[in-house]
Amino acid sequence: MSTATTHDTHHAEHQSGLLRWVFTTNHKDIGTLYLLFSLLMFFVGGAMAMVIRAELFQPGMQVVDPMFFNQMTTMHALIMIFGAVMPAFVGLANWLIPMMIGAPDMALPRMNNWSFWILPFAFAMLLSTLLMAGGAPAGGWTMYPPLVLQTGDAFPFLIFSVHLMGISSIMGAINVVVTIVNMRAPGMTLMKMPLFVWTWLITAYLLIAVMPVLAGAVTMLLTDKFFDTSFFNAAGGGDPVMFQHIFWFFGHPEVYILILPAFGIVSQIIPTFARKPLFGYSSMVYATASIAFLSFIVWAHHMFTVGMPLTGELFFMYATMLIAVPTGVKVFNWVSTMWRGSMTFETPMLFALGFVVMFTIGGFSGLMLAIAPVDFQYHDTYFVVAHFHYVLVTGAIFAIMAAAYYWLPKWTGHMYNETLGKWHFWLSTLFVNVLFFPQHFLGLAGMPRRIPDYSVQFAEFNMISSLGGFAYGLTQLLFVYIVFQTIRGGAKATDQVWEGAKGLEWTLPSPPPYHSFETAPQIK
Amino acid sequence: MLLRNMKRSLSGVAAASLLLGASGARADWGLNLPVGVTPISQTAYSLHMLILWICVAIGVVVFGAMFISILRHRKSRGAVPAQFHESTTVEILWTIIPFLILVSMAVPATKALIAMEDTSDSDVSIKVTAYQWKWQYEYLDEGIGFFSNLSTPTDQIYGSEEKGPHYLLEVDNKMVVPVGKKVRLLLTASDVIHAWWVPELGMKKDAIPGFINEMWIQVKEPGVYRGQCAELCGRDHGFMPIVVEALSEADYSQWVADQQAASAAAAADDDREMDMGELMTRGEKVYGTHCAACHQANGAGLPGAFPGLVGSPLIKGPVAGHVDIVMNGKSGTAMAAFGGQLSDADLAAVITYERNAWGNDTGDLLQPSDIKAAR
Amino acid sequence: MSATHGGYYVPHGSHWPILGSIGLTTLLVGFASLLNGASGATMLMGIGVLITLVMLFGWFGTVINESLKGMYNDQVDRSFRWGMSWFIFSEVMFFAAFFGALFYARIYSVPWLAGEDVSTNQHLWPNFDADSAAWPTNGPAALGGEFSVLDPWKIPALNTLLLLSSGVTITLAHWALKKGNRGALVGWMVATVALGLTFLGFQVYEYIEAYGEHHNLTLGSGIYGSTFFMLTGFHGFHVTLGAIMLAVITIRCAKGHFSHDNHFAFEAVAWYWHFVDVVWLGLFIFVYLV
Ligand code: HEA
Ligand code: HEA
Ligand code: HEC
Ligand code: CUA
Ligand SMILES: [Cu+2]
Repeated sequence: MSTATTHDTHHAEHQSGLLRWVFTTNHKDIGTLYLLFSLLMFFVGGAMAMVIRAELFQPGMQVVDPMFFNQMTTMHALIMIFGAVMPAFVGLANWLIPMMIGAPDMALPRMNNWSFWILPFAFAMLLSTLLMAGGAPAGGWTMYPPLVLQTGDAFPFLIFSVHLMGISSIMGAINVVVTIVNMRAPGMTLMKMPLFVWTWLITAYLLIAVMPVLAGAVTMLLTDKFFDTSFFNAAGGGDPVMFQHIFWFFGHPEVYILILPAFGIVSQIIPTFARKPLFGYSSMVYATASIAFLSFIVWAHHMFTVGMPLTGELFFMYATMLIAVPTGVKVFNWVSTMWRGSMTFETPMLFALGFVVMFTIGGFSGLMLAIAPVDFQYHDTYFVVAHFHYVLVTGAIFAIMAAAYYWLPKWTGHMYNETLGKWHFWLSTLFVNVLFFPQHFLGLAGMPRRIPDYSVQFAEFNMISSLGGFAYGLTQLLFVYIVFQTIRGGAKATDQVWEGAKGLEWTLPSPPPYHSFETAPQIK
Repeated sequence: MLLRNMKRSLSGVAAASLLLGASGARADWGLNLPVGVTPISQTAYSLHMLILWICVAIGVVVFGAMFISILRHRKSRGAVPAQFHESTTVEILWTIIPFLILVSMAVPATKALIAMEDTSDSDVSIKVTAYQWKWQYEYLDEGIGFFSNLSTPTDQIYGSEEKGPHYLLEVDNKMVVPVGKKVRLLLTASDVIHAWWVPELGMKKDAIPGFINEMWIQVKEPGVYRGQCAELCGRDHGFMPIVVEALSEADYSQWVADQQAASAAAAADDDREMDMGELMTRGEKVYGTHCAACHQANGAGLPGAFPGLVGSPLIKGPVAGHVDIVMNGKSGTAMAAFGGQLSDADLAAVITYERNAWGNDTGDLLQPSDIKAAR
Repeated sequence: MSATHGGYYVPHGSHWPILGSIGLTTLLVGFASLLNGASGATMLMGIGVLITLVMLFGWFGTVINESLKGMYNDQVDRSFRWGMSWFIFSEVMFFAAFFGALFYARIYSVPWLAGEDVSTNQHLWPNFDADSAAWPTNGPAALGGEFSVLDPWKIPALNTLLLLSSGVTITLAHWALKKGNRGALVGWMVATVALGLTFLGFQVYEYIEAYGEHHNLTLGSGIYGSTFFMLTGFHGFHVTLGAIMLAVITIRCAKGHFSHDNHFAFEAVAWYWHFVDVVWLGLFIFVYLV
């Protein structure tokens, strides 16, 4: 404490050493922290996925106990979603939004620091449950009662770590909203904002609206377990399915939280490398807003098999199908941006193109899942697992990779190694399809998800999938190598970096000054 | 371990590529949704194919356009960028066309859904109760009821024995239905949520504690159909299969009669006295099917999750406490109330077994009548 | 040396957030251990609360100082306003989860159990009929035993009156502040705090009465008890926070921290208080009345 107090709030601009990172209120420092944290969590979550794939490599139980397998599934998902993808997007928002709208920093810098510095504690708490009596939570990331109430000592830690993640996300989202509405440079009207800023604005609204609902839901779990309430207990007049409604009221918008910023990233990158302005800017904005709106009224498509009344099933089926329309508008606009452009294929563009194709494949399987009478067959099988990994891994993760390559030269002032970058893309794309494409077949053929062992007819595809998984995982080590190589040195990057790059961030030097725009730029 | 896996994977690649080449060689090696043997599964299959092909067609158009522009509109081929960037007409077009496509999917989907949810006019009603980790089937009008447990030996699971053809998809007691009749299933669960699913019967529904969900099946062809629990329900979620046997009407009636006779015989057991040897053998069997999943065959349990029973003070203590936890379970834990699941004779046997196996050696002996008294 | 950029104040480094994280984590780890029945947990929780309080005092203290030094321009002020509004919105959504549970139980689960869903009722809860399912209910197993509800026209109605009046007094305080009449300002603020505290007093009294033999209404009284106590409980907790914030603001009013055109902190707390007020109206109608 004593050293801390002498530093007080306004110390030297460039405090050095570890404490700079702990106390920092600078949007770039915080962005970097978020991104590194996310990378670390991607590897932790990925290592758990490797355990899953190792156990599923062949039929029979060989690597882990079924209980531990379920812990891996649960923790893998929680860590990837809340620890890897969401923080990566917040990190990008921190780095880019102030630079894109011509602001000196985020609107609420101290709170910005807190949003980040809650995360390591939340995840330390979550990961520590692996060592507790009864092990880590094993009820799936969806935490359905009554099963989740059987969790051992880990239970309250699970709940509280979710609370902490929620607090962090809400503060981060408020910061983004306030920065965008209040910190734009003169002349930067809403309809001039880069799409990344737009998609983040809408994402932030989603976050503020649904994270508190998740907090409420898990709070009810806590009281059902420890304080005698019976929200999810029929004997007391409650209903276990009620949890699912509340959870998915959060959960569905959540999946768009995981994809809208990715849409934004891709909408920045494709015009740059097609050397042609984004086609249909305003319809892109409206499409994003429509997706966000629709995302609030489709939640029960995750629950077609719980025995809802027919009218409910029909409503949620129709509403879900509708989402294909605005999403299609986005895809069509990206393709039209490429059409008659002058394209080059640097690594960010490759990842963006990979995103468009493979996200769309994931979208198609999503649409199939939306058809309730057939979802009775698909539900809780590997077909669903294939669907969401296409939208999450080749969707969200690929977009994050694209963003990393695209802005890394701006952030570090160095060019990354293009050859290695291309290798990273091609190997990732090859293996990710070996990993997840066969899972469609597995699901259709009848393999349920969340099982550590399966009957023999699923053996071949599981083996292929696991091999793809190991190879995809190893390929990601290349990414880490490239990033650290670029941080440490390399060819000097120009200010504009990319020939076709447009936007305020490219008018700043590479790397940009500590405070992006000391005086606000004037936008014509 | 890893190394062994890697080695295995190499041979796996070879095996897999061989298999891919010779696909179709194995009948049970599915790539697609099964067509199945019920009206529902067949409707679902055709809807599935319809949507799949629509998606493929859209994919061809979208990816086609994209690849053409990737091939032709590239800088290395000297392409000069056009500057167009807006057209309200096309935006409206590609909003309306997908919408119409969706409507064309929604119409058959709606019809199918309405038919699937109609459980009226059924011929047979079976109440299906899910437990961690087994199924109970009660034929409401026939007065038959039994449990259905995984019958794959542990040795096959842990690799010390060759895996059978129905590995993990085999049970001790199958659910039996008559061919051609509309069978209504009333699904519920006693502990956590499970889901009843047999792909070839085309329907999946959650079994939710405290509520009953209804679904119906109408099997067109005699045969054995296999499925499994499809909602995460704890440690052995992967090990609670469902096997349905569809019999011709005559065979079905015969089966019903046999079952009724068997349950009458079992009821008589509850009024008998048994000696220690009989109780222990029977107890070991009951323990193996109902308790070993958690407490393990050797009674050691799984530290942290399921308590060991060897030398447990509760078991070594007064009989009443032991009977109480087995019959009434412990709410908020995985320990279920077995009072409603097992007969007096089985309960007496399993409790006797626990009190005397693995060196617990209390010497206590319970009779079915003791259980009846405790109920 | 406070750096301002284009007039926008950007602080350099702060140790309050990390202290906040440590405090919150200690508090929650303590609470979790307490629930697991570990020893020493209360102590840990206490330490957590302490650290969190130090953080709150320190952080707000810093902000107040900066504000008094005039480091915040209008744009910063607007950031605070937007931030506070969206924070309140997130609180609204938190309550929405519990209201959602209440509506779901009343519209769906209880009627289903009571026979609207024929087979559920027939096979599992044959004794739970429309009569015993009439709200308020503790479910087919009558969890927690027989209970009776509190008369809405006694304490709850009084409490509604108290909170509504406090909404008026805080507005009067705001007018006084705008007119620069510090005496009236402090007077109305004290009245607001007093009304808030009286509300809380009554609420505590009501809880004691509810738990008493006569009503036997507890958290364990099935779905009615669950929704009743969770909704009113979280509301009460928010009133407590609001009252503390009001008290702090009252002291700051007395010290003359606010001017007629620059008093964001005052307004933020007023908004919060109105939010708490509106939630109460929702509670009064949906929990007590209908
Ligand atoms: C980034 C995350 C993300 C995204 C973007 C999506 C997008 C979509 N998802 Fe997915 N989904 C998940 C993440 C995501 N999903 C996760 C994590 C789960 C599982 C959770 C769990 O249970 O653990 C899940 C599960 C899930 C289910 C439940 C399945 C089940 O459990 O039974 C359903 C059902 O409707 C569904 C539907 C959809 C639909 C319709 C879309 C749509 O948004 C897709 C729209 C896109 C397209 C359709 C492609 C592009 C469009 C065109 C080219 C236009 C023309 C097309 C047509 C007219 C067809 N998803
Ligand atoms: C953004 C979210 C996200 C991401 C990125 C991923 C990434 C991956 N996921 Fe998963 N996953 C989910 C979200 C995500 N997942 C969700 C929500 C579920 C559902 C959970 C539930 O049912 O509750 C799920 C479930 C899930 C399952 C189903 C489990 C089950 O039902 O039992 C599987 C199985 O294959 C799987 C695999 C993978 C793999 C192989 C990756 C790979 O992409 C990971 C690649 C990354 C690495 C591998 C890390 C980097 C490399 C190293 C650590 C070096 C060492 C490498 C080797 C030893 C080879 N995931
Ligand atoms: C689904 C898992 C599961 C199954 C199946 C199961 N139990 Fe248990 N059992 C538990 C758990 C968990 C506990 C610990 C409950 C607690 O926390 O007190 C337990 C506790 C017990 C105890 C008390 C042990 C002690 O020392 O306190 C006995 C005796 C017992 N079980 C007997 C049985 C018998 C007999 C069966 C089969 C007929 C059985 N159990 C089946 C999970 C199970
Ligand atoms: Cu029962 Cu899964
Ligand atoms: Cu969804």
